[in-house]
Amino acid sequence: MKTIMWISAFITCGLIIGIIVYVFAKGIPFISWDLLSTSPTYIPPHIGILPDIMNTIYIVIASLVVMVPLGAGAAIYLEEYATNQKVVAVIEYAAETLSGIPSIIYGLVGMLFFCEFAGLRTSILAGALTLVIMNLPSIMRTTQESLKTVPQSYREGAFALGAGKWRVIRTVVLPGCVDGIITGCVLATGRILGESAALLFTAGFAHTLNSFFEGLMSPGATLTVALYVYAKEQGEFGAAFAIAAILMILTLGINSLAMWLERHFRKMREQGYPQEKTKE
Amino acid sequence: MTRKKQNTMQENIKRKRVERIIHGIFLMLGLITVGCVLLITIYLVVSGIPAMRTIGLKEFLLGRKWASTAAEPKYGILPFILTSIYGTSGAILLGVPVGFFAAVYIAKIAKGKIKWLLQSAVGMLAGVPSVVYGLVGMMVLVPWIRKLFKVPDGSGLLASIIVLAVMILPSIIKVSVTALEAVPPEYEEASLALGATPIETYFRVSVPSARSGIAAAVVLGVGRAIGEAMAVMMVAGNAPNMPSLFESVRFLTTAVASEMSYSSGLQRQALFSIALVLYFFIMLINAALNFFLKRGNVKKL
Repeated sequence: MKTIMWISAFITCGLIIGIIVYVFAKGIPFISWDLLSTSPTYIPPHIGILPDIMNTIYIVIASLVVMVPLGAGAAIYLEEYATNQKVVAVIEYAAETLSGIPSIIYGLVGMLFFCEFAGLRTSILAGALTLVIMNLPSIMRTTQESLKTVPQSYREGAFALGAGKWRVIRTVVLPGCVDGIITGCVLATGRILGESAALLFTAGFAHTLNSFFEGLMSPGATLTVALYVYAKEQGEFGAAFAIAAILMILTLGINSLAMWLERHFRKMREQGYPQEKTKE
Repeated sequence: MTRKKQNTMQENIKRKRVERIIHGIFLMLGLITVGCVLLITIYLVVSGIPAMRTIGLKEFLLGRKWASTAAEPKYGILPFILTSIYGTSGAILLGVPVGFFAAVYIAKIAKGKIKWLLQSAVGMLAGVPSVVYGLVGMMVLVPWIRKLFKVPDGSGLLASIIVLAVMILPSIIKVSVTALEAVPPEYEEASLALGATPIETYFRVSVPSARSGIAAAVVLGVGRAIGEAMAVMMVAGNAPNMPSLFESVRFLTTAVASEMSYSSGLQRQALFSIALVLYFFIMLINAALNFFLKRGNVKKL
């Protein structure tokens, strides 16, 4: 029995090490400044992934900007306002359902709703909004968790001083849940970086270099979509592996950042709630 | 005096109104997830039903031939449904044993640095983008299968099953570990005190009392496997055949993804119907997941 368990654990470890080593060995030789800093051209045939990098950054920024107020607001409603248990149950069930829906379905509905119905066409913005719906449950959950740790006595203290509900939320509760929002954002960034199926039909495949606002309204491939296109449709495996290596570095970095943040915030809370936050 | 009172009263009324507006805003934000679920459901049903009607439900679900671009188009999605079911079952058969034993090891035996190492490995596996799995599968797994089994093309059901098994591993391990760690230590101590060995204790006491959580982990894995599109698209070959281990196959997810960009008319509507069928499966799985989560009292991730 022990051997089987040991083998299983070893397989798990071996898989991730194997994937990392393989992707880096194949991809890193192809990463060059030229690849990172230019746009692709057909004549002469040349591959550059700068537009894809920029598109990825745009889509992350746009998604986070929309997602944070929505997700944090929903969490605040659930923790601070909601009194009707049935409503809470329905909202939480909906969030559970959302996190179980596969990304290809998000892509399809995003295409129908944002691109066609809302008239955004295939654009980074449509892709970002689709990702917002996808990642709402996770940012809601992290914010909720951190709201739960804000001591009830703080709220009571503020109420006793005559503050209204909104004032209490603004000055006492919100500063207390910043850590949850940050963790949620980091986790969401990791997921956005790795997402591809939801973006295929909403954000498109274009490789043109745009400024931020121009980029939002025009189609553009993120790194993952670019990887897919290079590997599956153009057979450019060098570029595909280079992108894969970059993606691995980014997601590994972001995931370790998220883990570190979580541990850091937990430690901070165990040491007691920081005093400065109550002064406001 | 009275004037002052009136002023404060007015201010109070004003303040209450502001509070009420803000309450309303938060209520709307709270209901946004519900709105999204409704939006997705309505859009899928509305756009998925027409094609099913035109083609005929029986013809659509049980038809064995998919030839959407032929002169006389055929829209039978039985091959896709079966491929999705076989592929998911295969991934579960491969992934669950490995995930289960690894989870017991992580939760009960591994200590200190080794536990940390294994848990980070699981976290990293979960973070790898699905296209990277697809790429590695395409470049490593597919040639291996071709050489090992001497088949003309390695991409197909077997390659997809292996890729899916790897992809569901982290979710299975994570949820099972949480469930196993939540087993009250008294149970294990009692078993040990009665003379059972640690291994006996883990498998006779800890695992049975964490069974709902472990079942939830398996169901979560099923959901992940059936919904995965990109990685599978890169290794499955994408020909609409009836499922067979070494033949090029198409899943429900990849059927939608592979034709969407150039589809129109009835073909496009049929793709939405496929998405609706997939959505139906996912809803069933979600219901099962919620059932087990509630019974096992474990949180998802």
